[in-house]
Amino acid sequence: MNAIDVRNIVKKFGDFTAVNGITFAVEAGEIFGLLGPNGAGKSTLIRMLTTLLPPTSGTALVNGFNVVTDADGVRKSIGVIPQAMTSDLELSVEENLLIYAKLYGVPREKRTRLIHDLLQSVELLQWADKPVKNLSGGMRRRVEIARGLVHEPRVFFLDEPTTGLDPVSRVAVWEMLQHIKGERDLTILITTHYMDEADKLCDRVAIVDHGLLKALDSPMALKASVPGRNVLEVSFASAPEGWAATLERLPDVESVIVHDRIFRISSRNGPATTMALMAAAARSGVPVHSLSVQSTTLDDVFVHYAGRALRDALQEPSPLEHSLVMRR
Amino acid sequence: MHRALAIVERELRRFRRSPMLIAMSMLLPIVQLIILGYAFGGNVKHLKIGIVDQDRGLPAIKIRELSGAVAAGSRTFDTVEYADQGQALSDLRNGRINGVLTIPPEFSRRVLERNQPRVALIEDNTDNFASATLVGSVGSLIAALNQPSAGPRVAGQIALDVVEVYPYVPYVQYLLPGSIVMSIFMMVMIGGGIIYIDDKARGLHEGYLVTPITKFELIAGFNVSGTIKAVLAGTTIMVIGSLIAGVPNPFDPMRLLRLEVVIVVTAFALISLMFLIMVRVTDPLLPRAIFGVLNTVLYFPSGAVYPQQGFPPWMQAIAVVDPFTYAVHAFKNLLLKNTGFAAIGGDLLYLLAFSVIAMTAATMLFKRTL
Ligand SMILES: Nc1ncnc2c1ncn2[C@@H]1O[C@H](COP(=O)(O)OP(=O)(O)OP(=O)(O)O)[C@@H](O)[C@H]1O
Ligand SMILES: [Mg+2]
Repeated sequence: MNAIDVRNIVKKFGDFTAVNGITFAVEAGEIFGLLGPNGAGKSTLIRMLTTLLPPTSGTALVNGFNVVTDADGVRKSIGVIPQAMTSDLELSVEENLLIYAKLYGVPREKRTRLIHDLLQSVELLQWADKPVKNLSGGMRRRVEIARGLVHEPRVFFLDEPTTGLDPVSRVAVWEMLQHIKGERDLTILITTHYMDEADKLCDRVAIVDHGLLKALDSPMALKASVPGRNVLEVSFASAPEGWAATLERLPDVESVIVHDRIFRISSRNGPATTMALMAAAARSGVPVHSLSVQSTTLDDVFVHYAGRALRDALQEPSPLEHSLVMRR
Repeated sequence: MHRALAIVERELRRFRRSPMLIAMSMLLPIVQLIILGYAFGGNVKHLKIGIVDQDRGLPAIKIRELSGAVAAGSRTFDTVEYADQGQALSDLRNGRINGVLTIPPEFSRRVLERNQPRVALIEDNTDNFASATLVGSVGSLIAALNQPSAGPRVAGQIALDVVEVYPYVPYVQYLLPGSIVMSIFMMVMIGGGIIYIDDKARGLHEGYLVTPITKFELIAGFNVSGTIKAVLAGTTIMVIGSLIAGVPNPFDPMRLLRLEVVIVVTAFALISLMFLIMVRVTDPLLPRAIFGVLNTVLYFPSGAVYPQQGFPPWMQAIAVVDPFTYAVHAFKNLLLKNTGFAAIGGDLLYLLAFSVIAMTAATMLFKRTL
């Protein structure tokens, strides 16, 4: 049985379609990523899967329970970390977990041990009796991760768990999630707009844009599906007329894009193209100013499937302001 | 129901750690009780009255003597003698004196002739309270003059004997019931309404909604915790206020028990009202914006500061539905008259009916999704 099964799910807010018919399945034990820019519909999708919003149409099963007709079955078997930080700042770390354990009806005998183990997993044991307001952003996220697991759910939803964290804290959260997943029998669905996060953390990634599923596969397969395995970024002291056309004729080159006097060359074979390029430059007396060779990233994948760069998409204003969640 | 208790536990733990919140919701009712209580409670004294005696006969001298006696005795007014009516009136207009008592020429002759003798009181009527006091004081002075100087009253004249059933009630005591209700309302507003909407806006409710909690457990959790907070506030102000206002025998256990019942019922009625108003609100500014308006509309028509019999009909209509009215009435009975439940049964019944209606409507409007 799949941990999550989504068929053609749609969510409309009035005339606006936030999720426009998405279908996918998540196998038990996977870390599954939803990657997309602001307003892509990631939170809306998670909210439908976690019974917070009724879908306009389509079906979704989580752990075999229908999110509409068996919402309670879903709720008992999932843990959810909403996008906004929602711990109680005045309460201690332990109290935050305790209240949720009670909300989930975790029996008294199990509570203490479970909370202890979870705090150990997220490395907050020595902070147990400190108020959450004394903790840093990364530590607060870890409190929430522990909180989402107090009732030993089988599927764990995290909505942008690392947004707003510094790079070190982000890596700490990834390691924690991987460690926790290794310890227990858990499926994780996480949303993000960080490429590296999707790449390093997720077994499979779904690229979502404007409410549509653009691509779905393992990060490796996604990168392989994009033409060109390497990208060369070159700048020259001075480039003669028709230089881009010359470069396009080099071996293994698939495309050349010039932007701001930087030549971005997609190549099937980075090293071969690089050698040929250096030779051609020397022959024509065009001095190379800088050169870098990179493998394809999920960035390139996003450009390929969404038609624009993710970092540009992140600059675009959302079609509608969020009305439900006031970000802190 | 253990899930509802988890919400109550969370709310009360947070409440205990927010001393500012607790202090703020107690401050206004106490300050109002003290300031309003002593601003309005006192007798008006030392008004200035100008006396122009254009007659100078024996009866006129009698009036001046009696005025002097008031000035020396109850000190309601002080007298200033004027020789010239024009000067007195000009001082009245300039606000140096509050009234002019003119004894016209021929006054003594008319007294002796029993030919409708008159004196005139020309007063500054821009201040209602001061002028009513002045008229009352001068009026009783003239009435005293009319009494035959010696011997028992004329047998045929009707005399009014006033019987006061309760000990004298200073104005701060009169205000105390309203202050207790206000403290309950403040806590309902701050600890109930504002926190509820802020939590919702911060996404805290999202955390509740993904757990298997039922709609009724959620509603019960929010309202029971709000009621507990409001009861604590009301009880505190009831005790502190009774001491400040000098309510006689404030710790009579039976009365405390009855007071506590009214506090609980009032807190629940006001929490129900608040929940009904806030159940569909998402904007955190709204509860802050309507706070003052709601307080004014509920507090002043309730009879907490002024008898409802003096209200225009539209305000009496507000007073009839206003839950404050019934709570204030019940507290007045218990605090000022020390009555039993019989006198406040109607109030409790209204407050309970009000709670049931408001809570039912709110429950129907409450959504268990975002
Ligand atoms: N309750 C709502 N009413 C109307 N529009 C909404 C509502 N919730 C979300 N939207 C809109 O739906 C779109 C998708 O929003 P959603 O929050 O799912 O995006 P997201 O991918 O999570 O973005 P972000 O990265 O900013 O969190 C947005 O344009 C948003 O304005
Ligand atoms: Mg989102």
